[in-house]
Amino acid sequence: MPPRPVASEARPEPVQGNARPVSRRKARDLSGWLYVAPSLLINSLFLLFPVVATLWMSLTSWNGLESPQWVGAANFQELFASSAFWEAAINNAKWTVIFLTVPIALALWVAAALLRVRRLGFLQTLFLVPYILPTVVQARVWQGMIFNPETGLFGWLNKHGFNIPDPLIATAFSLYGIALVNLWAWWGFLTVIFFAAFRQIDRSLLEAAQVEGAGFWQQWIHIQIPLIKPTILFMLIMTFVWSFLVFDYVYVLTDGGPAGSSEVLSTLAFRYGFERFEFGKAAAVSAFAGLLGMFAISFYLWLQKKGFER
Amino acid sequence: MQRRRLEVTALAGLLILMALVTLFPIAPMLLNSVKSDIAVQTNPLALPDHLALDNFSKAWDQAHLGRSIFLSLRIVCLTVCFTCSTTCLTAYALARRKVRSWPLVSGYFLAATTVPITLLIFPLYGLLVRLGLLGNEAVLALIYTAIYTPFSVFLLRSYFLAIPLELEEAAQIDGASGFQIFLQVALPLVTPGVLTVALIVEFYSFQGRFGTQWSLMMANSVLLAGPIIIIFLILQRFFVEGLVAGSVKG
Repeated sequence: MPPRPVASEARPEPVQGNARPVSRRKARDLSGWLYVAPSLLINSLFLLFPVVATLWMSLTSWNGLESPQWVGAANFQELFASSAFWEAAINNAKWTVIFLTVPIALALWVAAALLRVRRLGFLQTLFLVPYILPTVVQARVWQGMIFNPETGLFGWLNKHGFNIPDPLIATAFSLYGIALVNLWAWWGFLTVIFFAAFRQIDRSLLEAAQVEGAGFWQQWIHIQIPLIKPTILFMLIMTFVWSFLVFDYVYVLTDGGPAGSSEVLSTLAFRYGFERFEFGKAAAVSAFAGLLGMFAISFYLWLQKKGFER
Repeated sequence: MQRRRLEVTALAGLLILMALVTLFPIAPMLLNSVKSDIAVQTNPLALPDHLALDNFSKAWDQAHLGRSIFLSLRIVCLTVCFTCSTTCLTAYALARRKVRSWPLVSGYFLAATTVPITLLIFPLYGLLVRLGLLGNEAVLALIYTAIYTPFSVFLLRSYFLAIPLELEEAAQIDGASGFQIFLQVALPLVTPGVLTVALIVEFYSFQGRFGTQWSLMMANSVLLAGPIIIIFLILQRFFVEGLVAGSVKG
């Protein structure tokens, strides 16, 4: 039996045992809660509490030393009036568009190809290798060995007559340079997910289509992709959420530079917090990005409830 | 028939090309980790004229790699212990005890999977500084645990659901208590699941430190990435299973 999915867990389940005597059910409920307690305790202490504190902080002015002052929506008003904030938000939007399209399309195609050429199925492991490397290793390898004008592939190409600048130090390309590194690490993960989803499709459907003369593309477009729509939708929503939260790749590769050209909301929040000690504003930026994600998740749950998947 | 064979050949060729592109950046990493810094700058793509194996010992010393790996490993071990022990209990209860509030608890964990580090860091940082706990390993491990809990709960729950109910009912008839059933019947059966969680949490919480020269940086990268890649290749089945369980709807 294939493991059950994450996303469907939120679907309400029929509650059994309503017919039992109330006191016995209460005892059962209590012991159930005891099992859940350690996780909930750790999670609320180190996750829920800081999130609530961040939301509250976003309505205050705080330099990290004196006690916070309540300022209401002033942080948000200042942010919405600042060009740095909108430039970062637009970079997140560009990032979202790239990651909603390129890796999803690539992974869908490669997963279908792996299914067609079953003997090469083992390649999914190789495609996953970049994904498991620590982000700093990925970043240093691309920075030093690919992009670097002296020690990298680009430097070598420059010496041989191809004039390619280091994208990480060019304001016009820095965001795309970072995106390329993240894409390299990310698309293999999606491929593994989609490959697993494709494998759950009834083979006889594809065989029937083949008998009818449908080629690779026709099967892909008309049978495989429509049948794994729920998985694709889930990955699209998660991509949207993650795109507004992207931090580590930008932080390690350019730290938002040069000249703020690759700044995203999370690195901007870091700058407000740990460089300028304006923790209220930092919290406001984070809250903005986090709330967008929450809306996306709510939208997804709403779609699910409406029975999109059935 | 001819067309079909052509199609498979073309697809196979493209797949192999994708594999090469994927692995390509790793080659110069290996290559330049055994070259002198000057050789890296002269021609990063050339083969080394001699093997500068002392890069590895230099990288190890320069970045205090031994100490930072030891430190990371201690935090990783603590995180894995905390995560596995608490989420086994939670996942089991969510799978087997029917409590009316469970959809709410699941919904909370689902929402928690999307919480970014920037939503946590500022209050946590302030709090830890005030309590003098900044850099405390156990606290750090607990923060990681909180972050990995939702994923682990959902993954392990799917393993508990796959155990046939009859096994537990038989144990109940034999007079085992609820906790005994969990510990002696259900838990041993989900060992692969626990291993998967441990593996993925270990991968996510392990990061390293770096110096300044590119040759040493690559030696450093090899030292960090090597063990990870080897462990991954050995245990890939569990790893892939865990990732897929999180996202594919069966």
